[in-house]
Amino acid sequence: MIVLPDSASMAIMSEGARVYPNECCGALLGTADGSGGRVVSEILPIHNGREAEEQFHRFVIGPDDFMASEKTARARGLDVIGFYHSHPDHPAIPSDYDREHALPWYSYVIVAVESGVAGDLTSWILDCDRSRFLKEL
Amino acid sequence: MPITIQIPTALRVFTDRKSEVRANGATVAGAIADFAASYPDIRQHLYDEDGTLRSFINIYLGDTNVKNLGGLDTPLKDGDTLMLVPAIAGGSCPR
Repeated sequence: MIVLPDSASMAIMSEGARVYPNECCGALLGTADGSGGRVVSEILPIHNGREAEEQFHRFVIGPDDFMASEKTARARGLDVIGFYHSHPDHPAIPSDYDREHALPWYSYVIVAVESGVAGDLTSWILDCDRSRFLKEL
Repeated sequence: MPITIQIPTALRVFTDRKSEVRANGATVAGAIADFAASYPDIRQHLYDEDGTLRSFINIYLGDTNVKNLGGLDTPLKDGDTLMLVPAIAGGSCPR
């Protein structure tokens, strides 16, 4: 179960609207206990590394940016507990592409942005057998 | 030859929560295969159905992505440290 404070939700929605019609992305920094509970403390926006012409439906956080986000989290006494991205003009539901590229354990927050206005915000965790996402928020 | 593999947080659930493990291999490919054999539940997250390393899994030797060295054929020596570094990717359905 994830706890996503309103301030973090609003920040993700705001960024999704700002970056529209492209996809925004970033890391969720916070704390996790050993039983699946996690609390987001802050978000860390990250540059979408995909080619400009693909950013309307794709995002990537490259390995160097991944390591930088881990370093930032550690410096703040936090962990990277997940990632977020937006779905411009698409529901806040993971796509097959999302699932194929996901890792277990992380929370994946998705915000739907319809015609530039952020709406539904959901969070998901990949099932251990990679067959589906489990909704947590 | 014995080397160390550092595990990202997301995959430690498959390594008894260890942040680093030991493995053996003369090359990066060999060491990762040895690691996957020791922790079989992690295999599906490292390799696709064809047995190819998933495109979003990057392997660093020290501070260098092995893609900039000899790829999976990069030779290893005793005491080397590999780090598994995922790229995070996704996006809405194709249009």
